[in-house]
Amino acid sequence: MIEVQSLHKRYGTINAVNGVNFEVNRGEILGFLGPNGAGKSTTMKMITGFVRPTSGNVLVDGLDVQEHPVSVKKRIGYMPENGPVYGEMTVAEFLNFIADIRGFNDPTQKEDAIDHVCDLCRLNSVRHQSIETLSKGYKQRVGFAQAVLHDPPVLILDEPTDGLDPNQKKEVRKIIRTMAKDKAIVLSTHILEEVTALCTRVIIIAKGQVIADESPESLLQRNKHFNALTIRFEEADLEDVKNGIKKLPEIANAEINNGVLEVFPKNKQSIDNLILKTCRDNEWAISDFEKHSVGLDKVFWELTA
Amino acid sequence: MTQVLPIFKREFFGYFRSPVAYVFLIVFLVVSSGLTFYVGQFFDARVASLSTFFTMQPWIYTFFISAVGMRLWSEEKRSGTWELLFTLPVKIREAVIGKYLAGWAFIATGIALTFPLMLTVGYLGDPDWGPIFTGYFGSILMAGSFLAVCSFTSALTKNQVISFVISVVINLCLVFLGWSVLSDLISFLPVSWIDALSNFSYSTHFEGFSRGMFIFKDLVFFLSLSFISLLLTVIILER
Repeated sequence: MIEVQSLHKRYGTINAVNGVNFEVNRGEILGFLGPNGAGKSTTMKMITGFVRPTSGNVLVDGLDVQEHPVSVKKRIGYMPENGPVYGEMTVAEFLNFIADIRGFNDPTQKEDAIDHVCDLCRLNSVRHQSIETLSKGYKQRVGFAQAVLHDPPVLILDEPTDGLDPNQKKEVRKIIRTMAKDKAIVLSTHILEEVTALCTRVIIIAKGQVIADESPESLLQRNKHFNALTIRFEEADLEDVKNGIKKLPEIANAEINNGVLEVFPKNKQSIDNLILKTCRDNEWAISDFEKHSVGLDKVFWELTA
Repeated sequence: MTQVLPIFKREFFGYFRSPVAYVFLIVFLVVSSGLTFYVGQFFDARVASLSTFFTMQPWIYTFFISAVGMRLWSEEKRSGTWELLFTLPVKIREAVIGKYLAGWAFIATGIALTFPLMLTVGYLGDPDWGPIFTGYFGSILMAGSFLAVCSFTSALTKNQVISFVISVVINLCLVFLGWSVLSDLISFLPVSWIDALSNFSYSTHFEGFSRGMFIFKDLVFFLSLSFISLLLTVIILER
């Protein structure tokens, strides 16, 4: 649905985006991760046709953004960072304006579309309030409603949950997930758990370049401690245990660290049951058994620091 | 050009969503009639015409239209809404025209609201209606050119103050060029040069209209000035 081909953007002497390539298909939710200033927003702005690339192409549904800007923009719903909206308008007026521009000519169809997004984003209670008087959470949802009004096949969301409280974040994620089936969605975020909770694929971008493009699961596996175990024994010769466990074909390595045994699996597989069974069979009494919680933060830090 | 209408509608009614519009209209009406009556010595002239009113127009527009036009694009840039606008299926020229026409319609509303002056001269005397109608026509046309210049300057910056200052300077220059005081100051230059310079002035081309003459050349001047300014706006916004 979206094809980004060797995209470059240079601002003066700064290479904001430096040769970015990727594809997004229908049904995918692509998480865009990266430190501030990595080029996430710039890349998204080039996909939406707001920023002209220095070189490279963006194809949406096979159409080049630079050659067919209007046709491409019709297929995209875009929520810019910080959700800029015309503050002096009421929510209803604003959505009406968007619907007019989006080419809803039939009044009942237009009314239905607006009703639908107001329900979806829970905006009914503030429909006739001017947007500048709304809280950040509501403003953000107006920005979201505007992006999905015409039910576009491509959604580009620049930090859609930024500034929302935890409940609102959860709600927005839920909405995104329900819409994901037949859309290609690209969203950028700072929140790593959002990626694991929501995305089917992750792209990490740093200094204008893609440094990882894979599923959140496989990204997690880059962590050295993925599925590794830390075990403390009540009474057992640690050396014996270590050598015993190391012999297992599924085990890559075992180390003794400050009186605890650290076990690393081969191929990042889960070894909890295997180790527990081995210990029981050998009557090694376990006093503490811990699986490392691995988050994306460590992987992210290692990749971008 | 189908997208001009929704943008026009949003922008035009947008003026009336904020109190600024009402403040502007009131001050504009007070100033334009005040200047006509007090500075222009409307009653002392003892003539049933609006010529004093029309002579003041270019000077008033320099400030008032710059004040209306400064937010045209600067505000969109500052608040980030231009990113929203230009990622909607809209051509930049459609947006530029839509917003410009809305601003022009708003100013035309203000100009139209000076109609009591027309009633006054009609009540007090027996005016020649020709110059009054061409004057109003020319006045609205000229306002369009002032506003187009503002559209251009406001596209340059996200700072409304800078936009205001630049548009005042440009518009003021375009008024000055045709001002008799300036022609006297530069009278050491060949007459043809002075004439050529004054041909770039609002005042020169507005004079005909305010005297009841409909000169094609003047129409072309205002329309082409507006067109060029809007073209520059589009070019700047397209980067």
